[in-house]
Amino acid sequence: MSMTADVYDRRQDRRPWQKRLADASEPYLYSAPALILIIVVMLVPLVVGISYAFRDIQLLNPFSGGFIGLEHFETLSKDRAFYTALKNTLWWTGASVFLQFAFGLILALLLDKPFMGRGLVQALVFLPWAVPSFLAGLNWAWLFNPVIGPIPHWLFDLGLMSQPGNILSDPQYAMWGPIIANVWWGIPFFAITLLAALQSIPRELYEAASIDGASWFQRFWSITLPFLAPTIAITVLLRTVWISNFADLIVVMTGGGPADRTQIVASYIFTQAFKALDFGYASAIALVLLVLLLAYSMLIILLRQTLLNKG
Amino acid sequence: MASIDIQNVKKAYGHVQVLHDIDLQIKDGEFVVLVGPSGCGKSTLLRMIAGLEGVTGGEMRIDGKRVNELHPKDRDIAMVFQSYALYPHMNVAGNMSYSLKLRKTAKEKIASAVASAASKLGLDPLLDRRPRALSGGQRQRVAMGRAIVRQPKAFLFDEPLSNLDARLREQMRAEIKKMHGDLKATSIYVTHDQIEAMTLADRIVAMHGGVVQQVGAPLELYDRPANIFVAGFIGSPGMNFLEATYHAGGVTLKDGTVIALPAPLALADGAKVTVGIRPEHVVMGGEGIGMVAGVDLVEPTGFGIILHLSLHGLAFKVFTLDRAALSAGPTVRVAFSPQHLHVFDGQGNRCVPSS
Amino acid sequence: MKTSLLPTIAHRLALLGYIVFALFPLFWLLKVSVTPNDLLYSEGVRMWPSRTTWEHYSFVLQHSAFPTFFKNSLIVSGSTAIIVTICASLSGYALSRFNFRAKYWIVGLMLLTQMFPLVMLVAPIFKILTPLGLTNSLTGLIVVYTAFNVPFATFLMQSFFDGIPKDLEEAAMIDGATKFTAFREIILPLTLPGIAATLGFVFTAAWSELLFALMLINGNNAATFPVGLLTFVSKFSVDFGQMMAAGVLALIPAALFFLLIQRYLVQGLTAGAVKG
Repeated sequence: MSMTADVYDRRQDRRPWQKRLADASEPYLYSAPALILIIVVMLVPLVVGISYAFRDIQLLNPFSGGFIGLEHFETLSKDRAFYTALKNTLWWTGASVFLQFAFGLILALLLDKPFMGRGLVQALVFLPWAVPSFLAGLNWAWLFNPVIGPIPHWLFDLGLMSQPGNILSDPQYAMWGPIIANVWWGIPFFAITLLAALQSIPRELYEAASIDGASWFQRFWSITLPFLAPTIAITVLLRTVWISNFADLIVVMTGGGPADRTQIVASYIFTQAFKALDFGYASAIALVLLVLLLAYSMLIILLRQTLLNKG
Repeated sequence: MASIDIQNVKKAYGHVQVLHDIDLQIKDGEFVVLVGPSGCGKSTLLRMIAGLEGVTGGEMRIDGKRVNELHPKDRDIAMVFQSYALYPHMNVAGNMSYSLKLRKTAKEKIASAVASAASKLGLDPLLDRRPRALSGGQRQRVAMGRAIVRQPKAFLFDEPLSNLDARLREQMRAEIKKMHGDLKATSIYVTHDQIEAMTLADRIVAMHGGVVQQVGAPLELYDRPANIFVAGFIGSPGMNFLEATYHAGGVTLKDGTVIALPAPLALADGAKVTVGIRPEHVVMGGEGIGMVAGVDLVEPTGFGIILHLSLHGLAFKVFTLDRAALSAGPTVRVAFSPQHLHVFDGQGNRCVPSS
Repeated sequence: MKTSLLPTIAHRLALLGYIVFALFPLFWLLKVSVTPNDLLYSEGVRMWPSRTTWEHYSFVLQHSAFPTFFKNSLIVSGSTAIIVTICASLSGYALSRFNFRAKYWIVGLMLLTQMFPLVMLVAPIFKILTPLGLTNSLTGLIVVYTAFNVPFATFLMQSFFDGIPKDLEEAAMIDGATKFTAFREIILPLTLPGIAATLGFVFTAAWSELLFALMLINGNNAATFPVGLLTFVSKFSVDFGQMMAAGVLALIPAALFFLLIQRYLVQGLTAGAVKG
């Protein structure tokens, strides 16, 4: 209940009109700075960006700027690099989210039960989350570099590599580099979120289940998972969208190479805008990505609704 | 100190009306208790007096001045919250002096006001503590201290004792009563506990469903409840109700038992009525008009004994001081004396003698 | 309950594995940054060099533009964190304490900004900021970062405000405070941990941002740390010791803020994950 939400009987309301106006506008005044920033710096550019998708905008060409209709999308439909990027995005997102989630869940379960030094362990395992993404990318690029990093030598010693080479320049395995860096960087996010959800499960439930003779696995299956399900659903959904847009690691580690093998759509947009300075084409790709992501989100929400209705 | 006038006050959230035409005049120095089950609107009414909720209709006056549009800070009232609402980042002295600081009272005056309130409530050794380092009872005292320090026009209490254990509650109840005796401050006290209401109030306002059911002195509500709701709410264990038919000179219960009434009522012959009798007024074992009742349960409370009986298939309670009841057999005989009988008409309102 | 030894050992070993995985890359960064150049190649994958040196750090601090990058990043991240926290405190308070008609639209708008790819905005923002003279300027970066971080910070602050009982404000108003006084003297002091957490989150986010900095900044004068480090990497790509020393330096402020907000991480990220 809120004080300003009260419905005043207008005939009874004897507040002067200035006071009434001040009362009604109070929440708007509080939200105004945030709203103005969001509208001016995010919403307006978003609309402008959508309009770019239908215009010829090249930064170095002063004669560009004209309306060209769907020409960008025609080019896009024949752009093999785009299709590769789309395929890579699926692979990059799927593998990253799955591994981050799986390892994050295990970590959350490990941290859920109290033990000595839990605070310290928690701080240490969550530390990668605080590492700036560009630094995480550089750091892993160096670890994969046979000149300076240990990983190629270990792989060579294990017989997994014929000679200590750089996985990032190997077209077949290059994508694993950014994925591993991403998993390292993203496990804490999942672990923290799931840990918070785990800790909100009433302990009595576990005690009751133990008294009823449930094994660890049965308790996990019938108490923990159902309680975590909503958190898992929303985190995975948001994280999927976020990771498919997350180009930092790829830009830093491989720049999309070798031979576009690690180019994802987000990094392709960035390359088009930053390197080719073709803002129109970049915006067209971005629009396609936006539509795909919206479609994905809608699909998930619909799926959830049907599942909920069934249950 | 001040009088509080509530005229025709209404409250609605959207289309849901939660208070209907409340009329209440509170005299200067009076201790009024608003009592009723949860959801009856008593807390909403209190919060409207405080200015924390808007008034949908009607008028509210403090000392004759309309306050409908007045911000809480300008009403000069103090309130003790159920949660105590102590400021966690201030110590006890800070909590108690905050209102005086906001009023720009001189430092020496603040110090002496806090000191005198603290000594009244036995808080002197705790002045430097933070609320989280206090026990529930101590927090309650600080909340009271915060209220009395500023000598407001009126005190509002929103179920202030409901978070305390039984013993502390009893003790604080007595202290509140004593404090009111000393300060003679206009007080409005909200509770769902009828014992608090009975013991504290100069006048009780019994509320139900957003409507005032009865206003009166505690014993008036106990002796002459205005309707079935008040009759059932005041008193513990609660009043017994039986269906009956009225005829000139008495009522006939379902089993044919006739109880003569001391005076005829303003009712038509053959009218359906409900008769009520308090468990402590039921006489056991003989005289009067005896009825046979089955014994379901015997509850000794130490002081007395509560018998749970079934009479005409209805649950029926008796409270007695006679320990012989402990060894009651499968059935007992119970009797009602007519002067303790309450008669309610078909609408549930108290029937008054004719003439 | 009885605890047998085996699961306990497995539990500790698993955690040890996580700790090693989490810390090893950072350890390696540190190790290379203190390894003298002549040992870098000869000692290969040894876990710790036989001799250590600070020469990479002193080079980076004295003979490179890193102090400038560091200063720029500090200005950008610090200003962004402060402005965002002020805006988000106000809007978070509005969302937590008022019921008003546009509330659900505002929440919806903020959620939307968390969903669409920010890369989409790279080109239009560049085009819009150029005529305003805000490219290649720290002010431009601050404006952009502030807007990007306000929605999440708003949800974060809202969850902290939601955790403060409304009774306290009401008690203050009855004690004679205006709504704003109650906000300033009662609510804000109690939200200090939340404010610290928000400052930390936003500072870290702004400190790490790469793509918009790359796009909007060229040249060393206005470069932030990520831009500077990447330029440095592409220019001196053989000087691993110096690069990693610079990396360790970039890590310090972020790690400091992490320690500061560590306690509130669970609360904060939950707010972000569930609502944002």
